[in-house]
Amino acid sequence: MRGGTELGRVRGLGSAKAGAHHWLTHRITAASNLFLMLWFVIAVARLPGYDYATVRPWLASAWVAVPMILLIVSVFWHFRLGLQVVIEDYVHAETRVALMFALNFFVVATSAIAIFSILKVAFTAAAGVPA
Amino acid sequence: MTVSILHRVTGSGMATVGTLLLVWWLAAIAGGPQSYAVFHMVFAEFGKGVLGYIFGIGLTLSFFQHMASGIRHFILDTGAGYELNSAKRAANATFIFSVLATIAFWAFLLGAK
Ligand code: HEM
Repeated sequence: MRGGTELGRVRGLGSAKAGAHHWLTHRITAASNLFLMLWFVIAVARLPGYDYATVRPWLASAWVAVPMILLIVSVFWHFRLGLQVVIEDYVHAETRVALMFALNFFVVATSAIAIFSILKVAFTAAAGVPA
Repeated sequence: MTVSILHRVTGSGMATVGTLLLVWWLAAIAGGPQSYAVFHMVFAEFGKGVLGYIFGIGLTLSFFQHMASGIRHFILDTGAGYELNSAKRAANATFIFSVLATIAFWAFLLGAK
């Protein structure tokens, strides 16, 4: 990096040009979260029970599996953007880079497990395995 | 003030604790009867389901509070509602809403079973 004062180094660079997009995506996912999370909360409350025999066929239905995958995408994207703001507010320099790496890892790993699980339940429902 | 810090706390709480529990639940269903039995044991059977109630009530209260203050954000984003009295009233309304919605959710859930 070129020397000089801190101000001198950043002058003329402009913004990172990603801020408005971040903000807008956060609002859009907030709106889709509103619908998907309300659906989820009501659907879970209306389940007749929470044992395996009730929950598995429920999740296997297309009317649950599809909104559930949409919910994972919307909510996880939303909190990925949200936690980035929290990290940027409190943590700086190397720790910030490490935490952002951990955040990305966390979101990608958890969403992959969640979506794989939903698809597995949905796609093995017709075959009836495992009962 | 309090509402906005709560928005952050509830959002971060759901993003970490809520995400891990949701993913555990989905993976347990996909894993079959034995793996679901472990999840069910921890949250529904152990101590008459204390952990289920603690995490369940914590997460539903967090969700309704975050939802209410999120909607308040949408209104503030339009440039409306910054006048001191109406800002205070809207902030209090988010607390009342989240407590009532949480009570309604659990009354319905337990009453329907
Ligand atoms: C009804 C659904 C939801 C709505 C309407 C909503 C709305 C919002 C809004 C408008 C913001 C931006 C606030 C700001 O710019 O300061 C936000 C931030 C955030 N949301 Fe949500 N949200 C919802 C659901 C969720 C869920 C389910 C999670 C977690 C799993 C979550 C996690 C977060 C996080 C971590 C932040 C960042 C907090 C901060 O920067 O202080 N949200 N939400």
